[in-house]
Amino acid sequence: MAKNDKQKSLLERLGESQVWKSIIRSGVPKTRRQRMHAILGSVFLHLHPARLPKHAVKVGYTWCMGGLSFFLFIVLTITGILLMFYYRPTVEYAYTDIIDLTEQVPLGIMRELHRWGAHAMVLTVWLHMLRVFMTGSYKPPREFNWGVGVLLMTLTLFLSFTGYLLPWDQLAIWAVTVGTNMARAHPFIGHEGPGASLLAIGDINLVHMGSDVRFALLGGRFVGEATLLRFYVLHCIAVPFIAMIFMAVHFWRIRKDGGISGPL
Amino acid sequence: MIDTFKSVIDALSTPTVSFTLLSIFTPLVFPPTDWFDKINRKFGIWRLWTKPGLYTGMGFITFFFVVGYFDPNFNITLTKPDNFPIILMIYSMFFFLWLGMSKAYVNDERIDKGLKPVEYNDPDDKVLVWPDLVYIEFISLILFMVFLIVWSILVAAPLEEPANPATTPNPSKAPWYFLGLQEMLVYFDPWLAGIVFPMFIIFGMMAIPYMDTNPKGDGYYSFKERRIGIFIFMYGWLILWLFLIVIGTFFRGPNWNFFGPFEYWDPHKVVPLNNVNLSEYFWVKMLNTGLPSNIMLRESLGFITVFAYMFMFPIFLAKTWFKDLFAKIGPVRYTSLMLFGLSMFSLPIKMYLRWFFNLKYIIAIPEWFFNI
Repeated sequence: MAKNDKQKSLLERLGESQVWKSIIRSGVPKTRRQRMHAILGSVFLHLHPARLPKHAVKVGYTWCMGGLSFFLFIVLTITGILLMFYYRPTVEYAYTDIIDLTEQVPLGIMRELHRWGAHAMVLTVWLHMLRVFMTGSYKPPREFNWGVGVLLMTLTLFLSFTGYLLPWDQLAIWAVTVGTNMARAHPFIGHEGPGASLLAIGDINLVHMGSDVRFALLGGRFVGEATLLRFYVLHCIAVPFIAMIFMAVHFWRIRKDGGISGPL
Repeated sequence: MIDTFKSVIDALSTPTVSFTLLSIFTPLVFPPTDWFDKINRKFGIWRLWTKPGLYTGMGFITFFFVVGYFDPNFNITLTKPDNFPIILMIYSMFFFLWLGMSKAYVNDERIDKGLKPVEYNDPDDKVLVWPDLVYIEFISLILFMVFLIVWSILVAAPLEEPANPATTPNPSKAPWYFLGLQEMLVYFDPWLAGIVFPMFIIFGMMAIPYMDTNPKGDGYYSFKERRIGIFIFMYGWLILWLFLIVIGTFFRGPNWNFFGPFEYWDPHKVVPLNNVNLSEYFWVKMLNTGLPSNIMLRESLGFITVFAYMFMFPIFLAKTWFKDLFAKIGPVRYTSLMLFGLSMFSLPIKMYLRWFFNLKYIIAIPEWFFNI
């Protein structure tokens, strides 16, 4: 039944325009067919299937925690990019840039959003894990995706840890010193780890304070200039890059393993 | 009145007491066997997962924090901006645990009656993602963003004085989510607490779906059908991970000494350190001789103990109590289950050996940095 032009709402008129139709081919999603097309035709939304079992859209079942973790990753990426405009990862400037950021930049809550968002992400990832565990969703055929999820949780913690150093205040360097001191005890490749003394040629130790895994992580014998740069690169480029690859696998496998879990 | 409450809480939160109480409560709250289930029913512990249980739990947590807020000592740790996530963690973990468990109990009852779980729907009866899911996602991310913005406006991100490698703060703490590992350092050397156990945690968690061969409870909340799995996970995660974070954050002060939440962090608190190695117990105290100069001979008893715990004990269990389990899951699954399970339970074992016998190391070879 065709309506005449006067009865059509603004949205309906927009939906018939050439611009709208070039972006969303199915027009304004009103019919069942159009609504399914809206999901299938969108590069972002087609992460989802077009239809889902009823329990899968209930917040009581999913707690939304996986989605919120991904959302926080995006929030952290955006605020992180904004912070990178103002921040220089050197011992000379790092701390003063943070002061500058809080005191001079208008509407300066980007650092707060970034820091609290990072803490919140640790929590949402843990809660997502709790939900998946409590619903037994790790069971076959989703074993592999649970493993990918565990790695993503580890990467989340590592991202948060590398970012902890960047303000270059007392809190930062001592927390990172405590954390990275563990690496000196790494078996075989840490200079105070068991088995490290076995890796020697005659009297020459191959693993010593200037060549062990902690040295590689810090870029020196203590938390200093090189560490700041290393953690900056790890935090802004390396770990997000790896996390994004694992996230792609994680999301892809949800669909390939039969979509969201549910009772048979 | 309130002072009595505070001193009782201080005494209760000593790791020896609080950890023991929680270790006893965990199998009662998540009963892994019929015997524990009977006690759970008898004392009505399952009521924790009803609405009054939620209100009581939330009320108790809030009461604790409110009293803490007005206490001059607890206020200092409580109001550190970086500790706010832990307060959030305590609330959210309790709430979501309650949510999951209460749903699980509803489903358990339905399954007992021969009904399908609540989550079950006719497979042909599906809803459209646009709008049914997309709108929910949209609303939840808006609400979460509002929460995050309000949090960011109210609490400034912490910034202490500029980094100074010459001044070590006392205590020096790792970021809060690593404080469980830092707390483990009290009982194990860094090569175990900082490297091997974290690796085991990661690989052990990844191995869960392969070790848990119970096909039930997939895709809906349930407890009864998978109670042993849930108990082990909850003990490892809630007690050995999250509770150690709480200890590390709120109860560890200068020199990593224990302080109750309402105690003053006295940097001069003296705690006697008279820990003794197993080799000293054996050679010096039992045999009244000096320590042998041969390292392997000196630590032989320790090696036998660790070998017996990690290798002989699983074989013994496979032949006796876990005979059915071994037959059911096969040698590879059984070996990994034992490796990760026994490593996990080595933490509480080492804690109690330290508390009751002042045992420092079972194997002590500082010459090779090999201390267990």
